[in-house]
Amino acid sequence: MNSSVIVFPGSNCDRDVATALINLQFKNKMVWHKDSELPKSDLIVIPGGFSYGDYLRSGAIAAKSNILKEVIKAAKSGCLVLGICNGFQILIETGLLQGALLRNKNLKFVSKDINLKIINNDNKFCKNYKKNSIINLNIAHNEGNYFTQKDHLKELEDNNLIPFKYCDIEGSINESSNPNGSLNNIAGILNNKKNILGMMPHPERMVNSLISNSNGIELFTSILSK
Amino acid sequence: MKFAVIITLKKDVLDPQGKVVEQTLHSMGINSLKNLRQGKYIEIDLNESDEKIAHNIIEEMCKKLLVNLIIEEYKIRKI
Repeated sequence: MNSSVIVFPGSNCDRDVATALINLQFKNKMVWHKDSELPKSDLIVIPGGFSYGDYLRSGAIAAKSNILKEVIKAAKSGCLVLGICNGFQILIETGLLQGALLRNKNLKFVSKDINLKIINNDNKFCKNYKKNSIINLNIAHNEGNYFTQKDHLKELEDNNLIPFKYCDIEGSINESSNPNGSLNNIAGILNNKKNILGMMPHPERMVNSLISNSNGIELFTSILSK
Repeated sequence: MKFAVIITLKKDVLDPQGKVVEQTLHSMGINSLKNLRQGKYIEIDLNESDEKIAHNIIEEMCKKLLVNLIIEEYKIRKI
């Protein structure tokens, strides 16, 4: 499977995600933000980091970059797109995903390992996870407090477009297990066609038990399995 | 022609930075403070002499890039 990782000035998780992809047998290419052509891709990853120094709003400038025009075209024609952390913020700014990512409720940059409950696995990114299972991934962000209008929230809930929610070790989804104030503990969302996933947690940091854990692997193997 | 754009979070959107500034001012003894919201101020100089056209250009900038219309609102002022 061919993957492309988009690189902006200020991206800092691009090589981590590329390593994860390559180790899992993706044929990966790095694509610079100024490029105007996208290599043939089955999966496009917009990695974490601080694209363009988070100027104006996180992801706002990256969303207007050259290569994003191609990413938007590919996304609209059904290519799988995964936005992690700043990548999620960029997808929101392009309008490919709806809603907004606000400053964390406690005003702090939160960097820690958190628990996530798999709420929906009937999509190409999560099918190798068991529904309602709990996984442990890392988050590291300042603007991860997901917000959206009531009618869109209902659409997300009704159409199984929320794959993960923040939870505690027992799987309870409540305010104390919410690290950033995100609406209903939402940690990631899909578009209606389920080919675009935006998530704040970093699966690419959890692909090796020697340095963390391997809870992120299933996300990438889900994409690989038909 | 110079314009100022003032961007603030919509009323329904929590403004944690504004809240902290508000609480600090309260703790400094400014008791008459009722409410405080923090925003952004952008100054723009345009090569355009027609005010109406200039205003439309600024409006376009706001909608396309400067403002996130889901959570923010804006005011344009000629300066």
